[in-house]
Amino acid sequence: MNAILANIGFWVLGITAVVSALFLVTRENPVHSALWMLLTFFCVAGIFVQLDAEFIAAIQVMVYAGAILVLYMFVVMLLNPKSKGFIKMPFKVILGGIVSFIVFLQIIMTLMGADIIKTTKLTGINDPNQLGNVKLFCIDLFTKYIVPFEIVSIMLLVAMIGAIVIAKKD
Amino acid sequence: MLTLAHYLVLSCIIFAIGMAGVLVRRNLIVMFMSLELMLNAVNINLAAFSNYLQSMTGQIYIVFVMAVAAAEAAVGLALIITMFRNKQTINADEINTMRG
Repeated sequence: MNAILANIGFWVLGITAVVSALFLVTRENPVHSALWMLLTFFCVAGIFVQLDAEFIAAIQVMVYAGAILVLYMFVVMLLNPKSKGFIKMPFKVILGGIVSFIVFLQIIMTLMGADIIKTTKLTGINDPNQLGNVKLFCIDLFTKYIVPFEIVSIMLLVAMIGAIVIAKKD
Repeated sequence: MLTLAHYLVLSCIIFAIGMAGVLVRRNLIVMFMSLELMLNAVNINLAAFSNYLQSMTGQIYIVFVMAVAAAEAAVGLALIITMFRNKQTINADEINTMRG
């Protein structure tokens, strides 16, 4: 019963994510693209929940759907761009599609070459002491990965200062 | 039954769509959105392998990728605003001062 529910959840979330991603790249109006991106982010958050990454799913909704998307919406509304946004030559559109399709096929072929990927069932993350996802996550983050964590915080500070310096009027 | 391949193929499809978006669209904002889509596909991959290998390392890397995506969006959108102020366009084909 649980497996059936997981299957249904995966297919619904996956198909919605793919369809909304397709709409994202094909809509002419950037506002519509941003809204389809919101739907994609929510579906990806659902996929994270399925993969035992509840904390990541919450972060996904807060950071991507909350912060980054609002930033995009602000810029779209601020600039009100007139350009339709596709390459003018249809030849190049077809070429871009073919190139990305070839990359897609290559990744799929690589995946299908490995039998272990097709047969292993995902059992969930091992949690013997019943700590929960957030505690398990933080134990690793604040011991093994403390230095990268600090570097990331400095990078965010630098990016913030850089964005202010670039965008402010002289 | 759900296997690792399901999630990897899903992330591969989303990655290919994002890549097609970057190659085909010329609106800089939508190109950036497609980049975010590609980063999201990578995140699905990381989460699937974190589950498969019974290790939290993949999930920690997802947080790092999200931080990079946020920084990239902030700086990139600041650049787009400056470019629009100077050139009155955000079409990548019309920004050809450097003859690229």
